Amino acid sequence: MRIPLSWAREYAPIGDEAADPAEVARRLTAAGLEVESAEQVGHDVRGVVVAEVLEIEELTEHKKPIRFCRLTAGETDPGGEPAAVICGAANFSVGDRVPLALPGAELPGGVRIGAKQAYGRMSAGMICSAAELAIGDDHAGILVLPTDAPLGADFAEYAGLRDVVLDIAVTPDRGYALSVRGVARELASAYGMSFTDPAGTDITDDAPGSGAQDVYPASIADPTACDRFVLREVRGLDPAARTPLWMRVRLARSGTRCVSLAVDITNYLMLELGQPLHAFDRAKLNGPIVVRRAQPGEKLETLDHVVRTLDPDDILITDSSGPISMAGTMGGISTEIDEDSADLVIEAAHFSAEGTARMGRRHKLSSDASYRFERGVDRELPLRASAKAVSMLASFGGASVLPGCTHASVEVEPVMITLPVSYPDEVAGVIYGRDTVVRRLRETGCEVWQTAPASAEGRAPADGKHLRHEHGRHDRSVAALVVGPPSWRPDLTDPSDLAEEVIRLEGYANIPMRMPRATAGHGLTGRQRMRRTVGRALAGSGYVEVLSSPFGPAADAEALQLPPEDLRRVAVVVANPLSEDEPLLRTTLLPGLLRVLARNIGRGFADVALFEMGLVFHPRPGSDGVAPILGVDRAPTVEELGMLHAALPDQPRRVAAVLSGNRELAGWWGSQGRPASWADAVQAASEVCRACRVPVEVRAAQQAPWHPGRCAAIFVQAGEGREWLAGHAGELHPRVVRAFGLPDRACAMEVDLSVIETATDLVGPVSPPLLSGYPVATQDVALSVPAAVPAARVQEALTAGVSAVGAGELLEDIALFDLYTGEQTGEGRKSLAYTLRFRAPDRTLTVEETSSLRDAAVAEAARQVDAVPRGG
Amino acid sequence: MSAGSTQYDPVEVAVLSPDEVARARDAALAAIAAASDLDELKAARLAHFGDRAPLTLANAEIGALPPAARAEAGKRVGAARGQVRRAIEERETALEAERDERILTAETVDVTLPADRVPRGARHPDTLVSDRLTDVFVAMGYEVAEGPEVEAEWYNFDALNFPPDHPARAMQDTLFVAGPDGGEGSGMVLRTHTSPVQIRAMLTRQLPLYVVSPGKCFRTDELDATHSPVFHQIEGLAVDEGLTMADLRGAVQAFVDAMFGEGLRTRFRPDFFPFTEPSADVSMECHVCRGGSARPGGDPCRVCKSQGWIEIAGCGMVNPRVLVACGIDPDRYSGFAFGLGIERTLMIAHGVTDIRDTIEGDVRFSAAFGMEI
Ligand SMILES: [Zn+2]
Repeated sequence: MRIPLSWAREYAPIGDEAADPAEVARRLTAAGLEVESAEQVGHDVRGVVVAEVLEIEELTEHKKPIRFCRLTAGETDPGGEPAAVICGAANFSVGDRVPLALPGAELPGGVRIGAKQAYGRMSAGMICSAAELAIGDDHAGILVLPTDAPLGADFAEYAGLRDVVLDIAVTPDRGYALSVRGVARELASAYGMSFTDPAGTDITDDAPGSGAQDVYPASIADPTACDRFVLREVRGLDPAARTPLWMRVRLARSGTRCVSLAVDITNYLMLELGQPLHAFDRAKLNGPIVVRRAQPGEKLETLDHVVRTLDPDDILITDSSGPISMAGTMGGISTEIDEDSADLVIEAAHFSAEGTARMGRRHKLSSDASYRFERGVDRELPLRASAKAVSMLASFGGASVLPGCTHASVEVEPVMITLPVSYPDEVAGVIYGRDTVVRRLRETGCEVWQTAPASAEGRAPADGKHLRHEHGRHDRSVAALVVGPPSWRPDLTDPSDLAEEVIRLEGYANIPMRMPRATAGHGLTGRQRMRRTVGRALAGSGYVEVLSSPFGPAADAEALQLPPEDLRRVAVVVANPLSEDEPLLRTTLLPGLLRVLARNIGRGFADVALFEMGLVFHPRPGSDGVAPILGVDRAPTVEELGMLHAALPDQPRRVAAVLSGNRELAGWWGSQGRPASWADAVQAASEVCRACRVPVEVRAAQQAPWHPGRCAAIFVQAGEGREWLAGHAGELHPRVVRAFGLPDRACAMEVDLSVIETATDLVGPVSPPLLSGYPVATQDVALSVPAAVPAARVQEALTAGVSAVGAGELLEDIALFDLYTGEQTGEGRKSLAYTLRFRAPDRTLTVEETSSLRDAAVAEAARQVDAVPRGG
Repeated sequence: MSAGSTQYDPVEVAVLSPDEVARARDAALAAIAAASDLDELKAARLAHFGDRAPLTLANAEIGALPPAARAEAGKRVGAARGQVRRAIEERETALEAERDERILTAETVDVTLPADRVPRGARHPDTLVSDRLTDVFVAMGYEVAEGPEVEAEWYNFDALNFPPDHPARAMQDTLFVAGPDGGEGSGMVLRTHTSPVQIRAMLTRQLPLYVVSPGKCFRTDELDATHSPVFHQIEGLAVDEGLTMADLRGAVQAFVDAMFGEGLRTRFRPDFFPFTEPSADVSMECHVCRGGSARPGGDPCRVCKSQGWIEIAGCGMVNPRVLVACGIDPDRYSGFAFGLGIERTLMIAHGVTDIRDTIEGDVRFSAAFGMEI
């Protein structure tokens, strides 16, 4: 909301000293009207004077009409001679008074006026348009001034150009502040000055049932849509009448375009009072006006030349021809006033805030009027604002006002709030006392009745300022005030709203500070700690954490080579996505991460390892995809909360990593580097599980988007034989690599932290190992096995062999130290070499013992996986 | 060589004469001193202290002397042998030290060669700031509460006192989950703030309640230097008996003290959030110029744009309507809540100027912050 400070000062008479822009901004902001800027304007216009046109010579030899004019600014004429100026506009005549920029003048935008040769004449200055003076966007014509404009006067002073424009960010609860009236009220309050209400017009012909004569007939058919509807009429408006200069300047300073006198007056009064007004051309109306909801199939072409199909919830102004206006939002073309309109019907009404909000949202249509109605307009304004409007049309447009008005109204129950006198104190932690509370509430326009004589100060603690810390109820049974909020504050409905008014007017700066008493918290949960550990573990292993976009295109499913039945194809859809191409919420972290990987490679980083932790989204099977909107007058029941839960997507937390290029860099230690491989991805996945202290089991798997021969399934063991699939890791499928524009052999892993965390909960706390002091005994075995047997299975068999002879606890560790495939292994076989480490808790093992355990292990491997010992 | 002391043969024991012993000793000492490395010393030891060395042989002859002569001869030979042994040991120590020095010198490497064979990893600064802020509140006794990112509208709006058609709701620029008809009627949204977690906490936890909830949020904001459609917030909520705005001011000040250091004042100004009443925005004195840039003659400050104050958070007293929607008796309990942007805090505390850096995933950005902030 932009308003010139001078306009507000008309109703809040703060002195010139006090009107320092920074101080005004500070005080209004402290009162809750955030002044985003307080801009000095008009100081960039210098050397423009009021001049009279003496002579006009039409120069016809040019492609367009050019005038060579002589003008006088009276005694201020430079050298006492009339000015000679070339002008391209033609909307003025001899005798008109106009703004003349003399040589040396400055105009907005840093334009300097000089004397120059133009169209074969010497032009010493410029006759200005409204646009050139930054008080309108009319470039075409000269700004012709009233005939009483004082000759030779400084134009900037005469037109009141020098001002301060406040730009105020009005929060949506403060609809009343979207007007000079509201801002001036706060300004007066902030300076402790008296406020003059610009809506204080005396209305004599308006009281319902007073017998005041109706003008154009109107009625309200739907009282939920509109509770007050006022029409007034003027006749014989002079279509040539121009908007007065002072009004044009104020409109321009407020960022409103000048259109025509009638439209400018309605805009001006909306800015001043906050009441939207609409002018109909009476000649275009047919029959009585009715305010009602739309009927199915009705259409209306609005002023923006859009034909709108109306919804049965839309609030309409209609006549016997059908809809003529979308209430409080935008008028219709068919009844629009034009340059010939002489008889006008002025509408001022109070429409439902929710109704106009819904209509605006439905039609994606917002106007200055609907913006105000949504935020709450003063219900007492329509009569006053419309009276002011017709009176201005009479004054400036020569119209005659038809006596009386049409006033349709619905009875509205007044809001009354019972406020315990001490409630603002209890909210703020400050003792204000009854007198302050009552005074501040009255300052906001509230009516206040006191019901109990008890003194709030009687309850004040000894130190008189800070509230004692009281465990107990806010006792509302004693010393209550009954408060009637003013008509312009529909936002005041609860005691807490009134408390805020008192506290903000007393100043937030005066609230004391009570340092927190420490509460007994339990710290982070195990899962929360675990997530941090996972992040640190991966970062410690060389992975860089990034945040990729959670949105993706439907095409990702193809790019990832997902089979038709893959659950990752079933995604949550965003109804109004940021980009039409990316309407889906991710079901896997990988596509987003792969895009980030490609971006980094594109920026010249070849060796990249990235990870991300975040939620993925799966529509809940069996849900109808709709979460009910519950009531708010009580807590929901368990069943109701269950309905919300059932509708929401499943949102497990995942961690994923992607790699490309070298995992170990090339350098002085070797020019090759070690390329990232499937094994790095598997290691990263295992590392996540280990960070969460869950045992891992790796198995071969075939899962998109991985290479079918280089994909590991990562299983976690949750104790008691429970084993869950946590995710996959390995090299990406070559087609996936191509689809995401990545270098060959890029690798990835993705595991479900929710699964791992649940497993962690079940495996329980770590129990320490028994540290035997006896020496270790190692046995090496080399085995030939069929090439298709996974190494993990061979190791399992060896372990099982030792356990089978009851010596499982003696096998401290088993490690693969060599893998060989070649001629010596024979067709279709491979050779694996393991070191078995044995140690007993209570004795030194003999070679005979460990040899027999090794033999037992090998025998089991022979049985399970066709292993043949090699080389003895 | 004699085996006993019964036979006395003075010719045979000439080697035990003082001259002979002295000569053998001097020869040994000379050879030891002349040894220029450990191999030569080894040869000298063999020649002068080995089994066939003159002094060794002389020693063996002592037994052949008459008992009266043995003591003196033994003393003489023993002293000579002792001198030689010490000389060998000393020389050996010296030669070993020389050899070690030579080898270690030869093994010198250039320790300034690059040592990072695996590229360094890093955590995202959003995570680091979020953890840091969380820790501040956890230290104040708060617990961390969490909630889903796709949220029911009831949690995100209605329960937080955003009436269905209130402009405050429209101001949140919400991303809606498509309903069965593809429209916005699913009753589900991508949460626009972390405030729905407050509702979840109030519905499920015991009172009194002190929780903090960091997390990801979404709005339809156009991406530019200071706006991102995906961003992070952290919110605190306290519900207890007798809480006032004075407690809220204290909590906010304690947070600023912990995060930005002691001595920066905080300031409340009226604001509007449907779920708090009264509501305030919080500014703190600029931690860089400490307000100096706003005073007459102060040097300009880029961090606070010479305002002296920086807006850091929104806050307020929990609206009693919100308590009612969560089944909490507003006559008995009151609460306060505050929330701040993680990215905004990152921008304030670390001078990040473009929020897009936080979501583009350029490794240089995260890598610069490393593991701890
Ligand atoms: Zn500063």
